[in-house]
Amino acid sequence: MMRDMNNLKNNFIGTENYMPLMIGIPRETVAGEKRVATVPEVVEKLIKLGFKVAVESGAGDAANCSDDVYRAAGAEIIDGAAKLWAASDIVFKVCAPTAEEVGLMREGGTLIGFIWPAQNPELMQQLAAKKATVLAIDSLPRQLSRAQKMDALTSQAGVAGYRAVIEAANAFGRFFNGQITAAGKVPPAKVFIAGAGVAGLAAIGTAANLGAIVRANDTRAEVADQVKSLGGEFVKVDYEEEGSGGGGYAKVMSEGFQQAQHEMYAKQAREVDIIITTALIPGKPAPRLITAEMVRSMKPGSVIVDMAAERGGNCELTEPNQAVVKHGVTIVGYTDLPSRLAKQSSTLYATNLFRLTEELCKTKDGIINANMEDDAIRGLTVIKEGNITWPPPAPKLPAAPAKPATAKPAAAPAHGHGGGGAPMAGGKLAIMFGVAALLFLFIGAYAPAAFLGHFTVFVLACFVGYMVVWNVTPALHTPLMSVTNAISSIIAIGALVQVAPPDVAGGRGLILALAVLALALTAVNMFGGFAVTQRMLAMFRK
Amino acid sequence: MSASLATVSYIGATILFILSLGGLSHPETSRRGNLYGMIGMTIAVLATIFGPRVSAAGIPWIIGSMVVGGSVGIFAARKVQMTQMPELVALMHSLVGLAACLVGFANYFDPSAAAGLTHAEKAIHETEIYVGILIGAVTFSGSIIAFGKLSGMIGGKPLLLPARHWLNLVGLLVVIYFGGAFLHTESVSAGMIPLIVMTVISLLFGIHMVMAIGGADMPVVVSMLNSYSGWAAAATGFMLNNDLLIVIGALVGSSGAILSYIMCRAMNRNFISVIAGGFGTGGGAPAAAPSGEAQPAGEAVPISAAETAELLREAKNVIIVPGYGMAVAQAQHIVYEITQHLREKGVNVRFGIHPVAGRMPGHMNVLLAEAKVPYDIVLEMDELNQDFPDTDVAMVIGANDIVNPAAQDDPNSPIAGMPVLEVWKAKTSIVMKRSMASGYAGVDNPLFYKENNRMLFGDARKMLDEVFMALKT
Repeated sequence: MMRDMNNLKNNFIGTENYMPLMIGIPRETVAGEKRVATVPEVVEKLIKLGFKVAVESGAGDAANCSDDVYRAAGAEIIDGAAKLWAASDIVFKVCAPTAEEVGLMREGGTLIGFIWPAQNPELMQQLAAKKATVLAIDSLPRQLSRAQKMDALTSQAGVAGYRAVIEAANAFGRFFNGQITAAGKVPPAKVFIAGAGVAGLAAIGTAANLGAIVRANDTRAEVADQVKSLGGEFVKVDYEEEGSGGGGYAKVMSEGFQQAQHEMYAKQAREVDIIITTALIPGKPAPRLITAEMVRSMKPGSVIVDMAAERGGNCELTEPNQAVVKHGVTIVGYTDLPSRLAKQSSTLYATNLFRLTEELCKTKDGIINANMEDDAIRGLTVIKEGNITWPPPAPKLPAAPAKPATAKPAAAPAHGHGGGGAPMAGGKLAIMFGVAALLFLFIGAYAPAAFLGHFTVFVLACFVGYMVVWNVTPALHTPLMSVTNAISSIIAIGALVQVAPPDVAGGRGLILALAVLALALTAVNMFGGFAVTQRMLAMFRK
Repeated sequence: MSASLATVSYIGATILFILSLGGLSHPETSRRGNLYGMIGMTIAVLATIFGPRVSAAGIPWIIGSMVVGGSVGIFAARKVQMTQMPELVALMHSLVGLAACLVGFANYFDPSAAAGLTHAEKAIHETEIYVGILIGAVTFSGSIIAFGKLSGMIGGKPLLLPARHWLNLVGLLVVIYFGGAFLHTESVSAGMIPLIVMTVISLLFGIHMVMAIGGADMPVVVSMLNSYSGWAAAATGFMLNNDLLIVIGALVGSSGAILSYIMCRAMNRNFISVIAGGFGTGGGAPAAAPSGEAQPAGEAVPISAAETAELLREAKNVIIVPGYGMAVAQAQHIVYEITQHLREKGVNVRFGIHPVAGRMPGHMNVLLAEAKVPYDIVLEMDELNQDFPDTDVAMVIGANDIVNPAAQDDPNSPIAGMPVLEVWKAKTSIVMKRSMASGYAGVDNPLFYKENNRMLFGDARKMLDEVFMALKT
């Protein structure tokens, strides 16, 4: 928090005199794009954060947000893109800006929206030349849990998954749910969903709600539970391989696996009425899952919705941006699914951007601060004041691999006690070393050799104990105490050697009594301690 | 069995003990860890019995005392309620302390133990006896008091004698003085007087030390006594020239010390000030005294069990924060039934555990484990504190100080700076309490007066039963 404050003082973006910044919302210029980067409800919240908001006239028309509603929410309406871009300190966009739009942008301004820096190197250069600060919402480090509220890829994919089912229902000639009516029995539609990412899961939920029998597959075995939780059935590929490729994405699989997967898809294609494919691998063309032959084997009237059409399609016969009928099967390859639900997707996107703005403006005074110490903000910021900062260094937190049953990753700083303690202040450390040195000097000077041997053992054992115990998980602190307590009954040995040492005769009544009593006490501890630990540990289960 | 064979067995036992502690790093391996401990102990005891230092004459005595003690121990372990774990552990620490005292005295009486030692060696040997008995006595009396406090036989409020620090200092000086006198005595009977005086002072010191510590600091005290029992074993090891005892004592001692340190850090307290005692009254008095008008503005809004069930049913994300009150009411089973019911309905229920919740480190984890709550939904404070803003309902069951926003907001609060679970950031927080009384730290809790907070008054188990009934209908 303090760091944020300091950063704010030192390198805030914008004017020197703390004027509230103007957020501009231009109309999207890409053909067919109906979404808008903010909606009236969110305009109010942005104004509460201390910003001023300007909206280009007609920007929200396609998403059912008229100029009047924006005005009522407190936004200023500006005619024409050129004026709007010139007036805005910060611009919220949906699609990546065109070269023209970049030309309109104010020198040193801020842009937030989808940029896709890997695919658009030229755009990055143009923006850098404008000395702009650019936050690419698509570059958000999605594995950070606190970044989820800003994750526009997820919100848009959810909308797309929903819309994919609606498109399929539209093209499909029958009911989704099974019915028994006076006019005869209707079997339920069978839907197969390839890939259970965000879009796939949204599609599973939507199709199941419509009453269809839903099956789904994903190379990442850990999503099986999520599929079931939404009412789907998880279809396994008959081949053992773990498919998590980090950051929650899938990876390319081995040949043997692909063969088995191919057979499974062929079987599903023969059985189901509707296939929705969502399989994507980052930075690679979409995997070919549905061959022409499989399409041919499907029942006439079946539907395929290929959500990966933009990246080459999961189906061999997909034609991007079109719905075509081939071999009696309708193949839908729309790439603008979120835009086809413009009001919903705009609202979600606007909320994502609002959450991001909150993170950027923790002081709620209409000034933003791209704090590069913050993992989430660091990942998002692809250009900072004209310097390209993409790709970001690997985030400090490893994405916890969702291994079936095991431990937290050793490197994660999730230990409640900061893993080994923060480094001590130099002065304190020096004093400690000094005291230890004096003590050792004293012992070395006066103690006899026999004692030193034991002393060595003692000091080393303290260190071993220190090392071992730091690794104990806080959940097991109670068992740790009871087991160390049981172990400390090793003191029984002290009693044992005094019960009846050889070569000593007579006159030991008192010693014997003390030793036997001590032994009985430690035996309580020894047996009780281990037994109770055993009982406790038996209860810990996953 | 030869001496070398016994030594080798000791080394084996030592390794097993280290593996035993190492095994506790994760629940999966912990049971094996405990097994290693048992095997190590068996090896160590057998190697000693059949080793060169025990003659056949002693075996009946050994078997007799171990059978008696062992039966008592196993009986207690079987019978104890999981909510009474802290008491049992404290009581067991006292046994180790007492045993260390007895062994020390026995060793001092034993003429053969000091036979053939040079002057310097004899001085060291006697120092070891003296220190061993001292630590043992402090552990013994301290643990007994801790047991009394934990089981409610002695009130939880700290007992603060006037000038208590001076009393302790005088005690220490007297102990050092008699230590010097003890080293200069020639015969065993002459040495008894300083030894007994020291033992009495140590016992009093142990009592005084724990009496002065408030109930909320009990996790620190229990782990500290755990540490002492280790040091007592190590001192006995020095006295008997037994490396196994030294190693194990040091292991246990450092383990307890680390736990105490972790607990102190969880409360943002200095270890010394916890030991010196007096938390929750001295510093807390100015803040807690004018508890009428001057308290946080607003009113605590009560809620009924049925309304609570309604909130839970409509929630997507629920975080349950248990505290000592859940242990007292033995409500962990019904908590789990509610959890299970909600999870089946698709509600994401998790548990947030503060490091010092309860009266002993990890106390809440053990209770929840007893109720069969899967440990992967039981999270530490640091793991889920940032998730509260996305949480619909945060349920606080019998906890108070660990969810007190004053720790963050009010620099004058006695618990200022202590890390707390930020339940007030959830959309709604529900606090289950018997009454509006303050927690062990004696600090009023502004959380209760927050707008989004509701109070569910009554015994935790009874109220949760009602909530569960309402949930099912």
